Amino acid sequence: MIDHHIKYQQSCPTPADSSEASTGYLSKGIGGLALSISGLLAASSVHAEYGINFPEPAAGVAREIYNIHMLTMQITTVLLIIVFAFVFYSIYFHRKSRGFEADQNFHKSWFGQWSWVIVPVMVLGVDLTIAGKADAVLKKVWEVPKDEKLLDVKVTGHQWWWEYDYIDSGVKVESRYIPEEESGDLYLREVDNRLVLPTHTKIRFLHTSADVLHAFWVPELAVKKDAIPGYITETWAELDREGVFRGQCAELCGTWHSRMPIVVEAVSPERFAAWTEEQKALKLAALAEASVDKQWSMDELMERGKTLYDSKCAACHQITGLGLPPAFPALKGSPMMAGPIADHLDIVINGKPGTAMQAWGTLNDLEIAALVTYERNAWDNNTGDVVQPADVKQAR
Amino acid sequence: MSTTTLSHDEAHHHDAPKGWRRWLFSTNHKDIGTLYLLFALTMLFLGGASAMLIRMELFMPGIQLVDPDLYNNLVTNHALIMIFGAVMPAAAGLANWMIPMMIGAPDMALPRMNNLSFWILPAAATMLILSFVVPFFPGGGTQINTGWTLYPPLSVQVGMSMDFLIFAIHLLGISSVLASINIIVTLLNMRAPGMALMKMPMFCWTWLVTAFLLILVVPVLAGGVTMLLFDRHFGTSFFDAAGGGDPVLFQHLFWFFGHPEVYILLLPSIGVLSHVIPAFSRKPLFGYNSMVGSMLAVATIGMVVWAHHQYTIGMSMGAVTYFMIGTIIISIPVGLMIFNFIATMWRGSMTFETPMLFAIAIVLMFTFGGLSGVMLAVVPADMQYHDSMFVVAHFHYVLMPGAVFGLFAGVFYWLPKWTGHMYDERLGKIFFWTNVIGFNITFFPQHFLGLAGMPRRIIDYNVMFTEFNVISSVGAIIFGLSHLLLLYIVIKTIRGGKKAESRSWEGAKGLEWELDSPPAFHTWTVAPQVK
Repeated sequence: MIDHHIKYQQSCPTPADSSEASTGYLSKGIGGLALSISGLLAASSVHAEYGINFPEPAAGVAREIYNIHMLTMQITTVLLIIVFAFVFYSIYFHRKSRGFEADQNFHKSWFGQWSWVIVPVMVLGVDLTIAGKADAVLKKVWEVPKDEKLLDVKVTGHQWWWEYDYIDSGVKVESRYIPEEESGDLYLREVDNRLVLPTHTKIRFLHTSADVLHAFWVPELAVKKDAIPGYITETWAELDREGVFRGQCAELCGTWHSRMPIVVEAVSPERFAAWTEEQKALKLAALAEASVDKQWSMDELMERGKTLYDSKCAACHQITGLGLPPAFPALKGSPMMAGPIADHLDIVINGKPGTAMQAWGTLNDLEIAALVTYERNAWDNNTGDVVQPADVKQAR
Repeated sequence: MSTTTLSHDEAHHHDAPKGWRRWLFSTNHKDIGTLYLLFALTMLFLGGASAMLIRMELFMPGIQLVDPDLYNNLVTNHALIMIFGAVMPAAAGLANWMIPMMIGAPDMALPRMNNLSFWILPAAATMLILSFVVPFFPGGGTQINTGWTLYPPLSVQVGMSMDFLIFAIHLLGISSVLASINIIVTLLNMRAPGMALMKMPMFCWTWLVTAFLLILVVPVLAGGVTMLLFDRHFGTSFFDAAGGGDPVLFQHLFWFFGHPEVYILLLPSIGVLSHVIPAFSRKPLFGYNSMVGSMLAVATIGMVVWAHHQYTIGMSMGAVTYFMIGTIIISIPVGLMIFNFIATMWRGSMTFETPMLFAIAIVLMFTFGGLSGVMLAVVPADMQYHDSMFVVAHFHYVLMPGAVFGLFAGVFYWLPKWTGHMYDERLGKIFFWTNVIGFNITFFPQHFLGLAGMPRRIIDYNVMFTEFNVISSVGAIIFGLSHLLLLYIVIKTIRGGKKAESRSWEGAKGLEWELDSPPAFHTWTVAPQVK
């Protein structure tokens, strides 16, 4: 248990289709059982690597946290062994079947008289050792470095995706899980757009939420903070190696809590700068496209709309448009789709207070036009309505 | 009451009423104790069934048995039923049966209120079960997908089932407070002549402290969920940042109740242990005074460390340092308790009947859970553990041995007294081993899952978490099924078995063992003199 993060590397190819995958899980499970029984020694058909301790830290503070975790675990293991030793010694020797007579005056000896002082003092000693170390590490974790150039990343939790805003450059990343058919063995640990971060740079994370509580957790960074609506909390990290680090939302946030992976891609500062420029250019190009005074055809809007819908709306309303009533209403055959376009635009742009339906007003005019057009014509809704970016601009 | 001198003869004068009236209108502490215990046993199986569904769903990656909302609903329901339906009523059942017999009192001080505090429970349980099933009816709204912590804003999104739950919590709270008042009044006023407070049996001491804790913290929870109800329906925004409220306020209110609740669940079992271990070690409890002292210390410090459940909400460094130190300090009185139990066994003349086996398992496994608790108390390390499966493993290691095994030990220890029959020792031992081994297979691997990065309360997980989840679910099947054996043993003992003597165990001490087994309907109508 106190060994340095043992991992078992995968040795078999990934199963191709889903039926193979399920037998794969089964053999993996049986393999896991065998592993535990034979003291984690048996060879088995393990597909993905699994860990029994924290993954290798990727930031200085995370390494200190790792060390204090190992320290407390070692101290508690020693204490546990002491307790077990006394109990088992007593069970073996002080039993009636061995003819052992109970010592009726044991509690009256000097030890019995003073143990209530001796034991607490000894426990206090252990406590102070742990608390002293913890306090030193805590200061480093809790206090975001001051008077330095920090890279600010605002992390916003949404039901059920993450939004990352690089405040200085204005770049925004929306990060969502990828369905199992496309992500395979990385299902629930992979996203469409990763959180790209530079190494050897002090990064400040500002956590908040747009709806309910979430929690941002990446074990390699040892950063975990709740995302609370109305609050902005902060954490910081300085990545010391490149790599891809995976985590998940760690605060129950409703139906698809399990589908909020977090993937950090740590790159060199130079690559990060290049990536930032690339993102800015893409954003400008999209804005320019949206503001072009042009009439978009139904086909163009439907194509863009489907891409947008599948990534942003399908988590709740489903790819099929059937929703998950009663929490997430169906869009297929919904009166809203056949009703006035203005109402439809209003709910997309402003959301519906008191429900999980959030405001999508941050999308550009073209994107909203494409989404609304798609929703009004997909899944046999077939209203024939075509909504242009100009209509959206007017509705805002 | 009667003028007879020997309590043993009472049965002939006051027979129990017959039929359903005996139970519905009961003011007899023994009958009400039985009702509590039967209620708790029923709830144990309900809560166990939801746990089985959870573990079966987690057996493999993917979503197989239930949908995500139902899964979260089960998670919520499992916790609430086990805590409020199984453990607390079972402990109250032991208190009702044993406290008057242990202190030489004829009954509880407030017998009619005793009746009320039990009969609120079936109504509360009905509300609780309704909160689970209502979403399956047309127009029933969404399921409770918040977990038992009911954190807003998520709990404000939930449909009407949340309202059923809020009222269920109100009823459960009223029942607990009434029972606590009754226990305090009984213990302070009805002890036999000569029984000073510091001569009171430990089980009574633990319940005295538990009852005070309940009265202090349950109203805070009731207030918190009432504010939630107002936020949901009456336009207030106590917990809504957009209206000037604060979502974190609810967490503080909840855990101000929630953390002492842990000790409410734990202490009665510590009381049971303080009788079982001396009885089967044939030697008095080591350190009675320090036991009472450490219990008072646990209760007092336990009241002021609640925010260690919320290290990740962004408190100031001063605040988290205080809560960390406070939490670590609790290891001192708890360590002293464990030490006293081991010192009681030390140089004793031990035998290993089922209650003693459970007691030893508690000492070992509760120590383990307590030590992982010290790890969790360390704020920087908790940045990693928080809301992961490590926490799930930790609190099951504390609550199963700490609370439930203690209750099992108490049931096996006093079952001969209650029924007049010895239970089947061989079956009792089989139950112990399947139960304890099943428990460890279920929860030990969850430590690894948490450290490797699996959050709690997720229905679906990546394949990297498969191995330990499979092991855990296999353990859960063994663990879950073993409770059917408990049911069989209890029924078998009630129906018959070897006749139990007044002093059913060789080393058993205390007033309750001077009464017949089973005791007369009314006992200690003349108080014994305690030297």
